[in-house]
Amino acid sequence: MPNTFLDAKGLNCPLPILRAKKAIQGLDIGGLLDIHATDPGAVKDFAAFCRSTGNELVSSAQEGNVYKFTIKRVN
Amino acid sequence: MDNAQLDDLIKRRLDEILPAKIEEKLAELRAKKPGSMTIIATRGTLDWAYPPFILSSTAAALGWNVSIFFTFYGLQLLRRDISHLQVSPLGNPAMPMKMPFGPDWFRAINWNIPNIVQAGIPGFESLATALMKKTISNNGVAEIGELRSLALEAGVNMVGCQMTVDLFGFKHGDFIPEVKEYCGAATFLPMAQQADVSLFM
Repeated sequence: MPNTFLDAKGLNCPLPILRAKKAIQGLDIGGLLDIHATDPGAVKDFAAFCRSTGNELVSSAQEGNVYKFTIKRVN
Repeated sequence: MDNAQLDDLIKRRLDEILPAKIEEKLAELRAKKPGSMTIIATRGTLDWAYPPFILSSTAAALGWNVSIFFTFYGLQLLRRDISHLQVSPLGNPAMPMKMPFGPDWFRAINWNIPNIVQAGIPGFESLATALMKKTISNNGVAEIGELRSLALEAGVNMVGCQMTVDLFGFKHGDFIPEVKEYCGAATFLPMAQQADVSLFM
């Protein structure tokens, strides 16, 4: 199954997290969500979000001024 | 071995093993319990509308139980239409006064307008509010009504202070129907007592 994609570019705190939370709830357990964001705060925020919610931050990378994350729904 | 010796032996052994065991159990319980937060929202300006809704919606996204107690001017944040909320630069020296349009050199200017001038210009707060809203949308920050909807959707419990509702002559019908409860300090404090985080804004 292809990953679900969330475009959070141009959005600022806390919108990327809120949109991601909603998108993750729509995934099956084990499903993957790709997120693209431009808010530099999102790097730490998505790491903390995953620690708190028990979901897995599969990858976190930067390409130019876009931050790319992949989160796996664990519970 | 008599009973006194036996008691002594048991006591010593328990002292050795209990603290670690209790710590372990407590950690287990803490891990299972979702986080919780209560907020007291007391301000009714556009700028101060943001902190309670940002923190509550984010906490809810982290899986926490959140309640906000809206009191005094904070009640304005519960009104059905919150497009009237304004920001005042008057007597607020920390607020940057920059223009959200025009070339970069123009945007970079901080307009240092004396209080006496601000106070004397009719509609100055409306102008400042319009500029603030433009800055908010330029920066991809949520519009305040949207943020409140997201907080409600995420299950944030919003409670109104009945005393201030009466004091300011409001009716429950002035507020969004999602406010299920109007109460006083005696109802809020036990909620705050149970919360991991409690904030006054």
